[in-house]
Amino acid sequence: MVISNKPLSFILAAFVASLPIMGFANPESDSTHVQTETAHEEKVVSHNAHQEGEHVALDPKAKVDAFIDHHLQDSHDFVFFSDEKENKHYGFSLPVILIDGGLKVFSSSKLHHGEEVAEVDGSYYKLVHGKIYKTDAAGTINFDEHGHPSNEKPLDFSITKNVVSMLFVSVLLFFMFTGLAKSYKKGPIPTGFGRVLEPLVIFIRDEIAVPNIGEKKYRKYMGYLLTVFFFVWVLNLLGMTPLGINVTGNIAITVCLAAFTFIITQFSANKDYWGHIFWMPGVPVPMKIILAPIEVLGTLTKPFALLIRLYANITAGHVVIMSLIAMIFVGKNLAADLPISLGLTLFISVIEVLVAFLQAFIFTMLSSLFIGMAVQDHDHAHHHEDETAII
Amino acid sequence: MDKLINDFSFGLFFWQALILVILILLLVKFAWKPIMESITAREEGIKNALLSAENAKREMENLQADNQRILNEARAERDAMLKEAREMKEKMIADSKNEAQEVGQKMIDQAKAAIESEKNAAMAELKSQVSSLSLSIAEKLLKEELSNKESQTKLVEKMLGDVKLN
Repeated sequence: MVISNKPLSFILAAFVASLPIMGFANPESDSTHVQTETAHEEKVVSHNAHQEGEHVALDPKAKVDAFIDHHLQDSHDFVFFSDEKENKHYGFSLPVILIDGGLKVFSSSKLHHGEEVAEVDGSYYKLVHGKIYKTDAAGTINFDEHGHPSNEKPLDFSITKNVVSMLFVSVLLFFMFTGLAKSYKKGPIPTGFGRVLEPLVIFIRDEIAVPNIGEKKYRKYMGYLLTVFFFVWVLNLLGMTPLGINVTGNIAITVCLAAFTFIITQFSANKDYWGHIFWMPGVPVPMKIILAPIEVLGTLTKPFALLIRLYANITAGHVVIMSLIAMIFVGKNLAADLPISLGLTLFISVIEVLVAFLQAFIFTMLSSLFIGMAVQDHDHAHHHEDETAII
Repeated sequence: MDKLINDFSFGLFFWQALILVILILLLVKFAWKPIMESITAREEGIKNALLSAENAKREMENLQADNQRILNEARAERDAMLKEAREMKEKMIADSKNEAQEVGQKMIDQAKAAIESEKNAAMAELKSQVSSLSLSIAEKLLKEELSNKESQTKLVEKMLGDVKLN
């Protein structure tokens, strides 16, 4: 593992040190829980208020909740910050692509951040909580008993903020690594930024791919593992910037990544792997019959754990950091809240930078582990142990 | 779970899959392949260089051992040659001494034989010379003695006197 004992013990110590703070925070959080429930109701009320074209002032906690919620979600425009009083958003619009009785492409500026109804080719669309719903000319949105809109949702293929971020990261990765590849033409040792990247590439190979997949077969999967590692890591780090991008904390992204690992695992699996799933060797026949569905389920739970782990870690990190920052706005006493909030935010941010790397590492590690289990001919019990240890 | 499913956006999933596939393909072609190849080639190069250095060192050691062995052999050979030469010299001296002795002995023997035969011849000659001389002296004496009657008679008388004495 890359983490030496030092940072681990540091985190542990810091965690223990922060326990009393959490302990004090607990009773408070109970009260906020109650309040958020009321705030939720208020939100529902506010939707209705929106419909009437009125602006109801929300209390700070509900506003923070809504803001965090909004941040965690994907969005159809790239807003860096907004001025609430003048109701202005600073950023840029992105193209909206809908499939709703034909392809419909228009700029997200038409939606006005959910404040207005967009009319495209005779159809009306409205943005509610980051999702586009089909509506009528007046913009009527019907809500069910859970507060979810019950209007029809068109198939949304918009170039959203997350898509733009991914494209940006892809281009960045492409230039970074083609740069590294080119620097080898000049000499055996890379120059400049390549010197930083090369050890990472070697690290992925020597610490992740080779031990898990094996010396003979690892080469084939290096492309996927390296791409995913750097893709996830850079996106995680991008989430730490104040740009407000939360890509890897989006369930669709992690589902896609896990699906890739799943597909690669299943397609590279050998006879031995399928044998272990459907007809476990070395156990009595009744056990084989019992084990088969469990093992089949196991192939699905592995990528599922993969997608939930990444999603939950990154989302939790974002929520914690934003909540800590929000303490300044929620608290009444600025002098007392500011140092605590900033201190804790700094502390969690440092951990999050570590988590950003760690989650990318673990994702790649487990992907290679699953691939390794599928392509290896023996050593199954040993790898199961490894897996449980990491989870 | 409800929230998760609600949050799931198929459009985003689609774009992500598309972007990821294209990114993987592009990076594999333009980045990972050349990078991995360069790194592997470099590592192979380093490994080979280390190996050849090790080999060179071993060869050097072998060479030194060889040199030592050759030197020792040469020294031994030289010693052997010197010894042989000395032996040969001694043998030659001994041989020539023996030969000289033999030849000398032979010459001495020959000389001795020659001297002996010469002596014998000389002795024989001397004998014959002495006998002939004594005969001639006796003849001369007899001639002179017998030249007058008186002396002849005297001699006969004397001889007769001797015979009587006998």
